[in-house]
Amino acid sequence: MSRTVKEKESILRNSGFQTIIASLLCIVIGLLVGYIVLLVINPGGAGKAIMAILKNFLYYPSPIAAMKYLGTTLVKTSALLMCSLSVLFAYKVGLFNIGAAGQYVVGAGACLYFALRLGMPWYICLLSAVLVAAVVGGISGALKAYFNVNEVISCIMLNWIGLYSVNMLLTQVKEQSTPYTKALSSTNKSALLPKLGLDRLFSNNEFVTVGVPLAIAMAVLVWVVLSKTKFGYELRATGMNKHAAKYCGMREKRNIILTMMIAGGLAGLGAGIFYLTGIEQWMVQLTAVPAMGFNGIAAAFLGGLHPVGTIFASYFIQHITSGGTYVDKTMYCTQISDLISAFIIYLCGFVLFFRIWLNRFLDKRDEKQAAKDRKGGEA
Amino acid sequence: MLLLIQYTFIFASVLVLVALGGCFSEHSGVINIGLEGIMVMGALGGALMMKYLPLGLAAPLVIFLVILASVLVGMLFSLLLGVAAIHFKADQTLVGTALNLLGPAAAVVLVRAINTAESVDNVSSAVSYGQAKKAFLVNIGRFEFNWFMLIALLLLIVSYVVLYKTRFGLRLCACGEHPQAADSVGINVYKMRYAGVLISGALGGLGGLVYITAGVSEWKFENGVAGFGFLALAVMIFGQWKPVNIGLAALLFGLFRALSNVYTGFDLLVALKLPSTVYNMLPYIISLIVLVFVSGKSRAPKAEGIPYDKGQR
Repeated sequence: MSRTVKEKESILRNSGFQTIIASLLCIVIGLLVGYIVLLVINPGGAGKAIMAILKNFLYYPSPIAAMKYLGTTLVKTSALLMCSLSVLFAYKVGLFNIGAAGQYVVGAGACLYFALRLGMPWYICLLSAVLVAAVVGGISGALKAYFNVNEVISCIMLNWIGLYSVNMLLTQVKEQSTPYTKALSSTNKSALLPKLGLDRLFSNNEFVTVGVPLAIAMAVLVWVVLSKTKFGYELRATGMNKHAAKYCGMREKRNIILTMMIAGGLAGLGAGIFYLTGIEQWMVQLTAVPAMGFNGIAAAFLGGLHPVGTIFASYFIQHITSGGTYVDKTMYCTQISDLISAFIIYLCGFVLFFRIWLNRFLDKRDEKQAAKDRKGGEA
Repeated sequence: MLLLIQYTFIFASVLVLVALGGCFSEHSGVINIGLEGIMVMGALGGALMMKYLPLGLAAPLVIFLVILASVLVGMLFSLLLGVAAIHFKADQTLVGTALNLLGPAAAVVLVRAINTAESVDNVSSAVSYGQAKKAFLVNIGRFEFNWFMLIALLLLIVSYVVLYKTRFGLRLCACGEHPQAADSVGINVYKMRYAGVLISGALGGLGGLVYITAGVSEWKFENGVAGFGFLALAVMIFGQWKPVNIGLAALLFGLFRALSNVYTGFDLLVALKLPSTVYNMLPYIISLIVLVFVSGKSRAPKAEGIPYDKGQR
């Protein structure tokens, strides 16, 4: 009897298990808040709307259509996953990369420019996206390392500078009559990512390409680099205490810049594997940075700041974001999903407190149990 | 030229208000990255108040009610940061970012719900308030004076006095520099930090209202406030967390922001033949450059961003 109790406790005390519980709690409370907002707006269709958000592609009754839209959700998830890996990588080194959004934007600008204007094949385009985004990330890193500029503020400024620059650059390759860039499939087929037959798995969804497995491979790679290599150890040490790292002979300035470059590169890769599928064209009159980078923050924290966790968290965030497009638009708008994911980020702020509270609660319970056992022994 | 001065003053007013908000919050020890979201919510409160106010009210009453609405909504929204950062010891950057995402999303959902309820086909996220806005404007010759310019100036003076000449302000600063020491002489650190955050909510909300009434008579909430909350943070850092310096910094940034609105009026600038996008980028580029020069010897409150733990000495 007492043995089973002990086993149960050890699970509750396991930090991985606590993270999962906390994330699930965040999701449940976030959805609940979303549901309440829907109820307030229009009580009639709230239940149906929240179900539509949760169902996403299952909205389609035929399995063929559902598979196809699952494919589309996965393509978007792969981009989101890269952004959240970017946020996560920087956060592990003590930097808050809110610039993932801007790095994603310049990545998109670079790969579309190389593809549409210079007519390059896909691997060059992808590489250009990674490199340009890495440079933009590196700027924030260098400003932090050498001039002590808060990376959050420099990242935001670079987000806006990047957005305006990309709009200006891609105006050169836009369609005559619309504000969208030319389609890859008609302008430069060689820039489309190879499909490797993956499209056939998803009812011939032409947008499912090598990008999806690539993103998952990157998540594993980030995990290996951060937790299994000397390089990753150095980076994390720099994040925990810059001065101690320097004292140990690590080049802390180089580490900060390198971290932001890698973070930028990851976000740029996300833009590459999204825009080089031809799934979406860039709109050159955008007045706000695409939400992908900001949702990446949500996914990173919801995934418990673990690369493998972010795979699932990214999928969930993208699932409800895509699901938001299926709500009844005569009553609600699609941004309800943004509201839910924003609230989930807010709730992630409470995770640390939740874990402290849980551990304290368990300590108290153990003490009581121990006291009881002692009493029982004396009697 | 007159137009340039007018726009400079109005954008500087926005930046002064929001930067002072950030200043109060950081002096109490809480980093408020969420000013952008607070601005959006304050703007929303003010815009809805202007939309629903009956026509024909006296101008001072309109001004009072609209300001009250945006200040209250801003304070309410900033409480989300306060509760998380002060009582639950949350990561302040994370929570602030959440507010920045939450603000625009909530505003869009709400405005769209209101618009769709009025007519099913209306899916825009805009609120228009052309009539009520006139209460804020006084034409002096060709200069369009906005009452907010005066309010911003007064609040700047008040902030200076409060921060440096009153017991409350000095105690607030103590909580941001060394909360343990402040606590040891009987100051309630939690209360002071709540005060700081709430003041930043009030000023941020008011700043948002000023921003959306500068030059336009309807606002699309999808656009948020275009990074102004962050520009204000740059202004605050440039001003080294001191009200007077913040005022001067805001004028400089306001000038560059105003240029993008009115550069076509200057023959010299038109002759440069730069695309308009360059002028849009200008405030952000300038702020990056400015940050490079001032961040090195930063005078930030020492304990900002660190949750206060009574047990720690």
